[in-house]
Amino acid sequence: MKWIALIAVTLTGSLLLFGVGDFPEWGDPHSPANQGPKLKSGEQVSKAVSQDFLTETYEVTKVPNVVTAVLADYRGYDTMFETVVVFAAGLAIFAILRVFGDGSDTPPMRAVEDDTFVEGDHSRIIIGTTCKLLIPIIQLFALYVIAHGHYSPGGGFQGGVIMGASFILLAIARDLKSALDWFSEKNFMTLASVGILIYAGLGVLCQFFERNFLDYGALKVFMISSDHPEQMARSYSMLGVEIGVAFTVTAIMFAIYANLSSRGELKEGL
Amino acid sequence: MIPIFDYILLIFLIVAAVISLKVKDLLSASMVFGIYSFLICLLWAEMGAVDVAFTEAAVGAGVSAVFLIATVYNTKRRSSD
Repeated sequence: MKWIALIAVTLTGSLLLFGVGDFPEWGDPHSPANQGPKLKSGEQVSKAVSQDFLTETYEVTKVPNVVTAVLADYRGYDTMFETVVVFAAGLAIFAILRVFGDGSDTPPMRAVEDDTFVEGDHSRIIIGTTCKLLIPIIQLFALYVIAHGHYSPGGGFQGGVIMGASFILLAIARDLKSALDWFSEKNFMTLASVGILIYAGLGVLCQFFERNFLDYGALKVFMISSDHPEQMARSYSMLGVEIGVAFTVTAIMFAIYANLSSRGELKEGL
Repeated sequence: MIPIFDYILLIFLIVAAVISLKVKDLLSASMVFGIYSFLICLLWAEMGAVDVAFTEAAVGAGVSAVFLIATVYNTKRRSSD
């Protein structure tokens, strides 16, 4: 059986490597992705989409970061369901792991210690103090990443993960209970749903102005004092959408960690 | 792109991948997997895909390593190998 597996893996691997040989060079300006599709006779069928993105994105949306513009505007529908995938992953973990009850049948994983005061275990005080200093900075950075998603690399997913990681750090450095005091189960499950609601709500809001779902240009009526109402509406809607994504991702990252580390009891973590 | 840096990264990438498969201790395996994610993140940043690199650094090297470690702590090794 091992031999068959080895042969299968080797065959698949060599086929993949063989396929890689047909790829265009890295950064090749004449590759189909940069030039658009061509017929065998060399006739150009149409212009490449990537050219449009690179040249027109800033004029149409006033967003310097093309990646975010493609992610949140041109492919907004796709990103919405990516967020739903994250949400569904959190719900699946919740459905599989979460145990309701007093938890008396499983032994505690570690003796609960009072780490606010001394008697021997000094390392916990050092770790606790360091994290207390670090966590606000991490959260500030996460907010920066979310808010600047359309100017520089970053956005809802990255910022949300960093924000969730700050709560996970709190749960590791102290215990899960003190993290849950900040961010209780009721709060994070609500926040996860609110994030998707913000995203889908912005999409539905566009429909009230007789445009398509997630066609942010429809929101130009709110941009009263702007010179380019349609462009700025798209820009600010991308920010709103990123905030929605960040809500969901923050909540679900912490939810997954809390359920995994406490075997679904949400009592004491690692 | 700096070719030598690229080759070093790729070699380390393969080494990290093989180690994370071969090592017996699951905790070390998940930590080496974090190193693998971080090397891929460097590779992407070096190729100019900064957004992807950022995501990989946050999700791959940061949170998913923590998830794996949390899972390893809550599982037991049944077989005796």
